[in-house]
Amino acid sequence: MKKLLLGNHAVARGCYEAGVKVATAYPGTPSTEITEAIAKYDEIYCEWAPNEKVALEVAIGASIYGRRAICSMKHVGLNVAADPLFTVSYTGVNAGLLIAVADDPGMHSSQNEQDTRNIAKAAKVPVLEPADSQECIDFVKIGFEISEKFDTPVILRLTTRVAHSQSVVEEGNREEIVFEYKKDIQKYVMMPAMARVRHEFVEKRLRDLKEFAETLKINKIDTGTKEIAFIASGIAYQYIKEAYPDAWVLKLGMVWPLPEKMIKDFCSKFDKVYIVEELDPFLEENIKALGINNIVGKEIFKLTGEYSPSFIKKSIENREIDIPYKVNQALAPRFPVLCPGCPHRGIFYVLGKLKDIIITGDIGCYTLGALSPFNAMDTCVCMGASVGMAHGISNASDKKQKVVAVIGDSTFIHSGITGVIDAVYNGSDILVLILDNSTTGMTGHQDHPSTGYTIKGEQAYKLDLATLCKILGCSVVEEINPYNINENLEKIKKLIDVPGVKVAIARAPCRLHRRYKFAVSKRYIDSQKCKNCKMCLNLGCPAISIKERVFINENLCLGCGMCETICKFGAILTQKG
Amino acid sequence: MKERLNILVVGVGGQGNILFSKILGDVLLRVGYDVKISEVHGMAQRGGSVVTYVKAAEKVFSPLVDIAQANFIIAFEKLEALRWIEYLKKDGLLIYPDYEIPPISVITGLYKYPDVEKILQEIGVKTCKVEIKNLLSSLGDSRVQNTLMLGYFSRFLSIDESLFKKSIENNVKKEFIEINLKAFELGRKIESV
Repeated sequence: MKKLLLGNHAVARGCYEAGVKVATAYPGTPSTEITEAIAKYDEIYCEWAPNEKVALEVAIGASIYGRRAICSMKHVGLNVAADPLFTVSYTGVNAGLLIAVADDPGMHSSQNEQDTRNIAKAAKVPVLEPADSQECIDFVKIGFEISEKFDTPVILRLTTRVAHSQSVVEEGNREEIVFEYKKDIQKYVMMPAMARVRHEFVEKRLRDLKEFAETLKINKIDTGTKEIAFIASGIAYQYIKEAYPDAWVLKLGMVWPLPEKMIKDFCSKFDKVYIVEELDPFLEENIKALGINNIVGKEIFKLTGEYSPSFIKKSIENREIDIPYKVNQALAPRFPVLCPGCPHRGIFYVLGKLKDIIITGDIGCYTLGALSPFNAMDTCVCMGASVGMAHGISNASDKKQKVVAVIGDSTFIHSGITGVIDAVYNGSDILVLILDNSTTGMTGHQDHPSTGYTIKGEQAYKLDLATLCKILGCSVVEEINPYNINENLEKIKKLIDVPGVKVAIARAPCRLHRRYKFAVSKRYIDSQKCKNCKMCLNLGCPAISIKERVFINENLCLGCGMCETICKFGAILTQKG
Repeated sequence: MKERLNILVVGVGGQGNILFSKILGDVLLRVGYDVKISEVHGMAQRGGSVVTYVKAAEKVFSPLVDIAQANFIIAFEKLEALRWIEYLKKDGLLIYPDYEIPPISVITGLYKYPDVEKILQEIGVKTCKVEIKNLLSSLGDSRVQNTLMLGYFSRFLSIDESLFKKSIENNVKKEFIEINLKAFELGRKIESV
């Protein structure tokens, strides 16, 4: 039956049908739903790993043992997994190994816009790029076949618009696929003598894949009726088909390595061929390197952000689109905010009050602490960087600068732990604030080793972060309640002055998480007592706003009570009943 | 040939934008359209401005609705109606509610919440304003605003009501089906301004 399926869910469906046995990931938008959807299939072992490097290593193990495996991540996660990736390219696989990587042109929820194709080329592995949900299912299967046929890991590259779009698919049945494990240290133990041999293999494999690309059915030509020609892949193909339905298009299903003869032959038929690709001029540069010069690419198409049909049309025809309705004034921007009741709010409110400290931030909901009204964050680079950067700043200032690192529980496990070990080992004087909301908040409540649950919701060993930090050698490890604003201000001030690496774990579960039940006692403002000083607005709580006077929207209030704590006039009260 | 539908669903993260699109897309698929839906996840979920695109035609390529191409914009919040107005086609229709969620930039006094009605009138957009505030409090659950709006919007498509209800049943968690169906029916009966 035909149905609508999200691109990521279609990847999951493809894995199910392709007989995948092991699926691993660390959550990251726009890739998260692949693994969430796979977790619903009982036939597949599935897990959240602490980070992408570990996730890939787990998948490599499964593949070598002879079971098809997939590892999913977002583009920045591939940097974390780059170490095993570059070597699994040498060992190759036994059963198929697919690495699904979702790039995020437009940075809807990412800290950079990197292009996975560059890493894939450097690691010398093939890349498939689907353009809709049906292709997500099909390309997963083709990916596993290529992986096994050529003894290589295969990258399935998605972009946000494919990962997060729903389109029509037909589902098929599952096929069980099992390969036998055979010990083979020449292939799987990459010490120099063996690795040298395998490098020769990798180079030959790339040449073979290039030949194969010429006959691969997913590299195809749409014949046109107009004298305009394109080369594209993925979502850019869809934009072209909408903007120029009559054009010639060479659609590449495999974007690395390239079918060189096919491309040369196609380009020779036209005066000019447009290469349309979001982000880097990957196809353009590699096609130019073949000595093809009648192509037009980034000199007219942008290097940043997402494309659209009208953007392509505008760039080619050099004309503006007629927009019938326009607002000629600056509208109030609507940045994302910490949710009502969010425990992070209490910590950032306190941190915003501290003078002369540098706060190194990290990746998660709490990155929002950088924005108004808190303005309580100085940096945010990548997962786990807060701790290492705090250590770096402290030492660069000969320990004169007070530094606080803020990091979430999931992120701490992802790659904060090693930063703490480094800081302790090298005698740092920093405060690490672990904002433990008992989940991976930003990506939508995924579990991790310290939540005590697996991806399937089964109970698991619960890693105790306080005990762990003590073992790592931190001088003080304290647990604090993020809602106790006044108390925490004093506590944090004191902790900053204690020598050594101090850890404060601010623990309170995410208010949106279904696992936790909260006693909700909604607040209201007593207009007799309220002096309209607007102090409560500094919490940046979406439930508190102002018309002439401040008021609390009871539909939004979750009754965390932080506003009551900071009101100097006792004007914020608890609703009865 | 079926009429081409380009629809923008806009609002604030958490208002049920994606579910609205899913139910609508499902219905359009059942009546024989090719359908594509594109959603927003991640940062924007946390109370940011969000948009979902629903496209239906004989054959749909791009999942994006392009600027100046939407026949309908359905807004779940007034300011967001204005923010996405450039996406409306000439003579397209904007449907928006009597519902304001001031962004933090307004709460903290950096910006003013604009006079949405006045601006819409000035730029001459065809609109339907839907009074849902009281209906939502009568239902006792603001989370069904999306199905309420869907009920209202469903009248603009000549598609049997039962298909929508079936899709709601298929896409909503069991314990919430009843209230969502009720919201849909209420929405279908609203008179707009």
